[in-house]
Amino acid sequence: MSLSVIYAILFYAATLLLIVGVTRKIIIYARTPAPLKIPTTPAPLTKSGVAWRLTKEVVFFRSLFNANKWIWLFGWLFHVGLLLVLLRHLRYVTEPVWTWVVLLQPFGKYAAFAMLFGLFGLWARRFLVDRIRYITSPSDHLMLMLLIGIGLSGLGMTYIDHTDIVSMKTFMLGLMYFDLQPMPSNPFLIVHLSLVVTLMIIFPISKLIHAPGLFFSPTRNQVDDARDVRHVAGWTAK
Amino acid sequence: MADFEVPELKEYPVIPLIQEGSMAHSKPYVAKPEHQKSVGYPGELLDNWQEVAINKMGELVKGSRALQVFLDTCVKCGACTDKCHYFLGTADPKNMPVARQDLFRAVYRRYFTFAGKFFPKLVGAVDLTKEVLDQWYSYFHQCSQCRRCSVFCPYGIDTAEISMAAREILDSVGVGQKYCNEILGKVHVIGNNLGLPKRALVDTMEGLEEDIKDETGLDVRVPVDQKGADVLLITPSADFFAEPHIDGLIGYAKVFHQAGISWTVSSYASEAANFSMFIGSNDNLKKAAMRIRDAAYDLGVKRIVVGECGHAWRVAYSFWNTLIGPMDFLDKQYPMPSHIVEVTHDLIKRGALKIDKEANDHRRITFHDSCNVARGSRMGNIPGGQFILPREVIKSCANHFFDMAPETIHENTFCCGGGGGLLTDDLMELRIKGAAPRMQALKQVVDEHGVDTFVAICAICKTQFAKSLPYYDYSMDMITSLHQIVGDSLILGPTE
Ligand code: HEM
Ligand code: HEM
Ligand code: SF4
Ligand code: SF4
Repeated sequence: MSLSVIYAILFYAATLLLIVGVTRKIIIYARTPAPLKIPTTPAPLTKSGVAWRLTKEVVFFRSLFNANKWIWLFGWLFHVGLLLVLLRHLRYVTEPVWTWVVLLQPFGKYAAFAMLFGLFGLWARRFLVDRIRYITSPSDHLMLMLLIGIGLSGLGMTYIDHTDIVSMKTFMLGLMYFDLQPMPSNPFLIVHLSLVVTLMIIFPISKLIHAPGLFFSPTRNQVDDARDVRHVAGWTAK
Repeated sequence: MADFEVPELKEYPVIPLIQEGSMAHSKPYVAKPEHQKSVGYPGELLDNWQEVAINKMGELVKGSRALQVFLDTCVKCGACTDKCHYFLGTADPKNMPVARQDLFRAVYRRYFTFAGKFFPKLVGAVDLTKEVLDQWYSYFHQCSQCRRCSVFCPYGIDTAEISMAAREILDSVGVGQKYCNEILGKVHVIGNNLGLPKRALVDTMEGLEEDIKDETGLDVRVPVDQKGADVLLITPSADFFAEPHIDGLIGYAKVFHQAGISWTVSSYASEAANFSMFIGSNDNLKKAAMRIRDAAYDLGVKRIVVGECGHAWRVAYSFWNTLIGPMDFLDKQYPMPSHIVEVTHDLIKRGALKIDKEANDHRRITFHDSCNVARGSRMGNIPGGQFILPREVIKSCANHFFDMAPETIHENTFCCGGGGGLLTDDLMELRIKGAAPRMQALKQVVDEHGVDTFVAICAICKTQFAKSLPYYDYSMDMITSLHQIVGDSLILGPTE
C-alpha cells in the first residue's frame, strides 16, 4: 500500500505542476504583446488561411518537411507514434472505454515501435551529424533517454512481464475519483510511472513547451494584412 | 585581391563540416561616443553594463511575444543548421541559426528560467560575462537578419528577431556598431543615410534631368520638394548617386513621365532605408518613419511610393501602418504604401506604357529575390505577389529571362551577404563568404543559360553584388536595377 501512496502523491503533484505550469506559460504567451507584424512568407491573407497553415504545421510538420527529410521522418514518426500511444492509454482512465479508443488498440501496439524508431533516429543524429552534435546540450540527450525509457518500459509490460492491467486501471480510476486503490508492483510499471512523472514535471519548464508554443509563434500565426488593417500592440499601441 | 580565402564554387552546393572559431575574429568597428549619442545610447561601455543588459533583456522579452516564444520553444532539432548563408560560406558553427540564438538563449536561461538558474550546465546556460558580450558583438554582426532560417524552422523561430534584440542590448550598454549608428544619426538630422543636404540633392537631380535629356531628347523631370505632386517617392539615397542604383532611379522617372504621374522626392525625408530595424531600436524606428509621414503631409501628396530597397519595403509594407498610420490625408484608392514595382506592373497591365522588348535583347537576365521583400513583405493582392510581380515586369520588358534553382529563389532565396547593417568594409570577409551560396546559384544559370544580367530590387543587394561579383570572377556590371531594364525598354514620347 505504501507504494500506492507514494505514487499517488507523485501523480497528484506532477499533474498539478503540469497543469499550472502549462497554463501559466500559455497565459504569458497570450498576454505578451506582438508589437509589429512579422509573418514569414508564405503568409496567408486571412484568418482561415492562418488556421490552415498552423494545421499543416501541427499535423504534417510542413516547414520541417521542406527543411530536412531525415529529421522530418524521425520526428514525425515519433510524434504520431506518441499520439497513438497516448490515445491507447485512454483505456486506463475511462470506464467504460470509449469505442474509438477500443478501435485504436491494435494500431497503438505498433505505434510504440514507430515512436521508438523515431526517437532512436533523432538520437542518432545527435551523435552522427556534426552540426547537430554541436548544438546538443546534456538536457537534449536526457530528454530523448527519458522518452526512450518510457517507451521501453512500456513495451516491457506489453511483451515481457505483463502487469495486472485490471488492478492498474483500478488504481488509475481511484486516483481520478480520490479513492486510493492498491497499485500493482511490476518493476517495469514502477520504472514507467517514475519516468512519466518526471516527464510531466519537466514539460512546462523545458523545450517540451514547444507543443503549445507553436500556436503562438508570430511568424506563423499572423495574417499578412499589414497594409489593410492597422495592427498595434505593446509599445506600438502607446 | 583578398587576405582571406574566397569560397570555391563547386559543381553542386555542399554543406561544410563545422570549423569552430573560424569567424571569431570578425567584428565591425564599434560606434564612437558621438554616434551612440546621436541615436540615444550611452557613449561607451557602462560600468554596470551587466545589470543594464540583463534588465534590458527582461524588458525586451516581456514586450515581445516573438522573443518569449522563440527563446522557449527551440527543440534543437537542427533543421535550420544548414540554412544560413553565413554558415554555408564560413563553416563557423556559431553561424548556424540555432547556435546564434543560443548565444542569447544561454544568457536568457541563466537569468530568467528555473532550469538555467539551478541547473545551468544541464541546459547550457551561461553567465553574461565580458567574453560572452564580445561573442555577441561578433556573431550578432554576422547575421543579416534575412529570415531564411525562419522559413524552415518548425516553429518559425526567426533569428533576425533575436539578433535585433541582441543589438539593442549591446547599444543600451554602450557598444553599438559604427556603421549603422552613424548612418542613422544622419537620417535624424539631415534626412538621408549619406548626409546629403537639400542643395546637393537638388543639384544631383538637375544633373540627372540633363543626362536623361541627352539620352532621350525629352524633358523628363526628377522633382524635389514639389508641393501638390500626386506621388511622394521614398527611395534609398543610394539611388541618387551609386551605380547601378541611379539607373533604376532614371527608370522610375521615365515610368512616371510616360504615365503622366506627377511625383516628387522630399529633401526632408530623402531616405527609404531605416537602419533602426537592423539595430532593433523601437524609438529610432518610429522616429525615422515619422519623417516620411511629415514629408507626405507637408507636400500634400496623394500617395507614397517606395523605390527599390529591401528592408525599407519591409518597414514600409509591414510596419508603417502600425508606426505612422493611419494616414487619412492620403488617397484611399491606392494601397499605402505602394512599391514602385506595383506601380509599374499595374501600368504595364493596363497598357499605359509602350514597351520595346527587343531593346533588352542583348541581356540574358536572372532575378535575385531580396530577403526582406521575399520573406518580410508582399506586393499586389495575392500571396507571393512579391515573387510574381517583379518577374512579370521583367518578362514584359525583356525576352530572355531565366530563374535560378527553385531552392534558392522566392521564400528560399539566399541573402546577398550584405544585408542587416553589415554592408561595411570592415566586414568584407564576412560579406564575400556570405555571398557564396547566392554566387553558387548564379553560377548555375550563367553556365547553363549564359546569364549576364543579375537584376535586384534592393539598394544593399546592388552595392553588395557590385563588390562581391568580382571576387567570384564575375563582372560587377552584371548587377542591374530592375527599373533600368524597364527604363531601357520604354518607348518614350507622346502616346497616340
Ligand atoms: C502540438 C503538438 C506537438 C507538435 C506540433 C510538435 C512538433 C515538434 C516538432 C516539429 C519537432 C522537431 C522535430 C523533431 O525533432 O521531432 C519536435 C521535437 C520534439 N518534440 Fe514535439 N511536438 C508536439 C508535442 C510534443 C509532446 C507532447 C512531446 C512530449 C511529451 C514532444 C516531444 C518532443 C521532443 C522530445 C522533441 C525533440 C526531439 C529531439 O531531441 O530531436 N512533442 N516536436
Ligand atoms: C498515466 C500515466 C501512464 C500509465 C498509467 C501508463 C501505463 C502503461 C501500461 C500499464 C502499459 C502496458 C500496456 C500493456 O501491457 O498492454 C503501458 C505501455 C506503454 N506506455 Fe504507458 N503509461 C502512462 C503514460 C505513458 C506516457 C506519457 C507514455 C509516452 C510518452 C507512455 C508510453 C507507453 C508505451 C510506448 C507503451 C508500450 C506500448 C503500449 O502498450 O501501448 N506511457 N503504459
Ligand atoms: S536571419 Fe539569415 S543571417 Fe540571420 S541566422 Fe537566420 S539565415 Fe542566418
Ligand atoms: S529549426 Fe527551429 S527548433 Fe530546430 S534547431 Fe533551428 S531554431 Fe531550433
